[in-house]
Amino acid sequence: MNGPVEERRQHYLNVNYGLKSWLLTIDHKRIAWLYLLGVTFFFFVGGLFATLIRLELLTPQGDLVQAETYNKLFTMHGVTMIFFFLIPSIPAVLGNFLIPLMIGARDLAFPRLNLASWYIYILGGLFTLAAAAAGGVDTGWTFYTPYSSIYSNTHVALTVIGIFITGFSSILTGLNFIVTIHTMRAPGMTWFRLPLFVWAHYATSIIFILGTPVIAITLALVALERLFGLGIFNPELGGDPLLFQHLFWFYSHPAVYIMILPGMGVISELITCFARKRVFGYDFIAFSSLAIAVLGFLVWGHHMFVSGQSVYASMIFSLLSMLVAIPSAVKVFNWTATLYKGSISFDAPMLYALGFIGLFTIGGLTGLFLATLGVDIHVHDTYFVIAHFHYIMVGSAVMAYLGGIHFWWPKMTGRKYPEPLARLAAVIIFLGFNLTFFPQFVLGYLGMPRRYHVYPPEFQVLNVMSTAGSSILAVGYVLPLAYLIWSLRYGVVAGMNPWKAKGLEWETTSPPPTDNFEVMPTVVHEAYAYGAAESQAVYPAGKPANV
Amino acid sequence: MAPRVDQLYFFLLGVSVFFATLILILIIAFAVKYRRRSDDEQPRPISGNLGLEILWTVVPLSLTLVMFVWGARLFFITFYPPTDALEINVVAKQWMWKVQHAEGRSEIDELHIPTGRPIKLIMTSQDVIHDFFVPAFRVKNDVLPGRYTTLWFEATKPGAYRLFCSQYCGTQHSGMIGHIIALEPAEFQAWLSGGATVVSMATAGENLFQKLGCVSCHAQNDTGRGPSLAGLLGKTVHLQSGASVTADEDYIRESILNPQAKIVAGYPPIMPIFKGLISEDGIMQIIAYLKSLKREEGAQVKK
Amino acid sequence: MSDSSIVHAHQFDDAEQQHEASWLGMWVFLATEVMFFGGMFLGYTIYRSTYPEAFADASNHLDIWLGTINTAVLIGSSFTMALAVRSAQLGARKPLVRFLILTLVLGALFLGIKFTEYYAKIEEHLVPGSNFSYAGPLGRAAQIFFSFYFAMTGMHALHMIIGLALLTALIVKAGRGRFSSVYNTPVELVGLYWHFVDIVWIFLFPLLYLVGRHLQ
Repeated sequence: MNGPVEERRQHYLNVNYGLKSWLLTIDHKRIAWLYLLGVTFFFFVGGLFATLIRLELLTPQGDLVQAETYNKLFTMHGVTMIFFFLIPSIPAVLGNFLIPLMIGARDLAFPRLNLASWYIYILGGLFTLAAAAAGGVDTGWTFYTPYSSIYSNTHVALTVIGIFITGFSSILTGLNFIVTIHTMRAPGMTWFRLPLFVWAHYATSIIFILGTPVIAITLALVALERLFGLGIFNPELGGDPLLFQHLFWFYSHPAVYIMILPGMGVISELITCFARKRVFGYDFIAFSSLAIAVLGFLVWGHHMFVSGQSVYASMIFSLLSMLVAIPSAVKVFNWTATLYKGSISFDAPMLYALGFIGLFTIGGLTGLFLATLGVDIHVHDTYFVIAHFHYIMVGSAVMAYLGGIHFWWPKMTGRKYPEPLARLAAVIIFLGFNLTFFPQFVLGYLGMPRRYHVYPPEFQVLNVMSTAGSSILAVGYVLPLAYLIWSLRYGVVAGMNPWKAKGLEWETTSPPPTDNFEVMPTVVHEAYAYGAAESQAVYPAGKPANV
Repeated sequence: MAPRVDQLYFFLLGVSVFFATLILILIIAFAVKYRRRSDDEQPRPISGNLGLEILWTVVPLSLTLVMFVWGARLFFITFYPPTDALEINVVAKQWMWKVQHAEGRSEIDELHIPTGRPIKLIMTSQDVIHDFFVPAFRVKNDVLPGRYTTLWFEATKPGAYRLFCSQYCGTQHSGMIGHIIALEPAEFQAWLSGGATVVSMATAGENLFQKLGCVSCHAQNDTGRGPSLAGLLGKTVHLQSGASVTADEDYIRESILNPQAKIVAGYPPIMPIFKGLISEDGIMQIIAYLKSLKREEGAQVKK
Repeated sequence: MSDSSIVHAHQFDDAEQQHEASWLGMWVFLATEVMFFGGMFLGYTIYRSTYPEAFADASNHLDIWLGTINTAVLIGSSFTMALAVRSAQLGARKPLVRFLILTLVLGALFLGIKFTEYYAKIEEHLVPGSNFSYAGPLGRAAQIFFSFYFAMTGMHALHMIIGLALLTALIVKAGRGRFSSVYNTPVELVGLYWHFVDIVWIFLFPLLYLVGRHLQ
């Protein structure tokens, strides 16, 4: 052991030991760790699929794997990454850990429901892994009918059942967050004193509870159609394949906001801490999160401009899609303005945050191309779309996730990670990411369609660049896995507030006690009170945490 | 059309590059200028500025509205083919494109067209959803089972242009590719009349019309058991349910495969169901035949 | 009331906060249920407007008497449930248990009648799939009607079964005297859930059973 004498102080990690104490825990902080294990596992599984895809695409011919295998690879990559990594990642790991701390509560409103939602997540994951082991599914993560409901002879039903089950995990997490944020804020913690991380998760939870049930019923209908021959999406029996697309995208578009809003919440925390400044435009960022959640439900048809949708519907969806871009732009400007006249340090979390702003800007702007009707016709279903969403989901969401993990690592573990190595990893990820995905914008504009196992030789150079980038990106992702695990034992012991950040979570010990605070706080100041000497809350004497 | 799409694309690119660069420069400038110089420096808090918020809400909003209007106008043009377009039928199936010219020639995975003339494709799928994509023309549209979809383009220069399927359709999705071959009009005519002697689509449709017995109920005038089909395309049809529909390709297809769906007012529901008895190609041939009836004003003419 | 002697879960400051949280939690859950059933209602609406005659024809194959009885049974069970909640609020243990049991019985009766109907449909070859057979040209669209019939009433029945399990748990707890005028949140919340399931049926019944029917 290095560093000072190990504290004998009791906290949530050492209060009891043993597998049972973890698998039957109701402590939101331990549940966050359970989720961390799960999402990390699925991230690397999805990453393995991606590696195989990029290797195959080094050459125009299909020489690494057969066509059917390739189709399964990109399907499984999408399903794993979206449903089992991206959607849970920040909310279930960082949200679960931090929301009670940030609002001054002992735990979430329904701790046992929280544990149940982890088990449901794992059960759903097992179903999907079973489908993969049994041979996989090749419909694309979008499961378009009638291919998925009738023609595909892969394990569609098993996979959609897995996703259906995991959906309940999302719903319960969202329910828990909404109730907690409404009813369990510490005295003095008014809505407008909440950290923006909490606002972001509140907006995300609204999408969780309103959107997820729709994908649940849609996938259930696909499974029923496959298993019992119903004709709901089958044109031969009078059904409509476009109905599937409407139902599917009604959830899956808001789903992408589930994947990015929590990341935006993380960025608000990182920028303020590492610029040591109150966030610029707090109200605007908070309301933008809500606006994105609401507007996000109104734009699903922009995935269907060339699908046979009516021209007037397409026009309405295009207009609304333009509107939903505005709150995101407002946030980017506000974060940038927060840097103005700040005191900026370049610790690893800040590198991730700055990278986020740049890559999210590019990803968001390219979304406008897709929302623009005349242009979307050309780039729909090409690599342009793939590049766009990876800029948001990988270049932004994953970087926000990593930035958040690094930032709150000392709080979660009581240890610091090795800073120079972390900064190096952040830079490697940023460079590798750009090399992987920027060429794909060009590929898409030139006309290379998505989900292509073989491609015409004129596209090879850009594909080789992309694969080269992905190998760098892979190195960048493995590094944190290694040094974060290393730091659990050998990292420098961290104090209560190693970043000198503001926020209730920094006013308790690292790691926190099981009930989060020795004395429950009463909030007296705004959030991000950088520039004020006092802390955000007072801790009334004689009012113990455990009632 | 393609150059107009590119114009809009480069406008979007310009706006994007401008804003991305702006943010990039601001971040780098702020990061350098305001980097932390001592551990306990404490900047003055600035909580916001309403004027700036309004500025950077209104400016992006205006720009995106410009993008929307411009894009919508282009989309409108792309959606509605010109009335004098040359119609060609396409049937997609896993994993090939079957093209059928009105004059009779058919092709697989290739489409010969004349330059300088708008071409309208009427497309359907025999199985799953596909998508007809020609990057050089900046145009694509999904091809659906159970319905017709259309797309149109005009080649200005002769050449071979890549054709891709761009809606995932199964194992050989990436093999469902081909070429659009644009020829000068004279060469195109030559190509059209070359090859093995084939009957035109309208003639083939007429043969089917006889063979499947349609002619026994659908006579030239309205004296038969079914309504006359002369001049049907584009006409408004009054249905038994009280509703009215415009008779288009989809309506004809549905009436052949599922006649009970839309019964014409005043006629008994006795038309037999032809589902399983006729292929998608056959339906397209009958439609071509019915269109020829319109042009000839009801008089049957063998080609 | 925040009597600190009332036991509440450790994460809450007091019983009042616990009650508020539980109540909000159930309403949020019901919102998700609305979205869940909503997807099916949307699909149903689209197909009904596409195939109005077929839907009317198929609807007439459903047993309207059994459907009506079931509706009355379920409304009755909501009434007994409301009485149970009221008893809990008054701290009347015996009436609480009786009304819960009555609700359970009525709920089970509903399911019994439902499954009788299902059985009849199986015999009549009206279950979509390979055994489906329907005379006349409307058969194609009628199969879509029956797909929705089974999916929607099946999903509803599943929710009823879950409701019966919840009621059983409540009956056991109520029998042991766990509820009082001071603490009866679980009864209140199961009541909300039960009323919701009832309301879903009240929409399902006319949409499925009463298409194109006339009073003779």
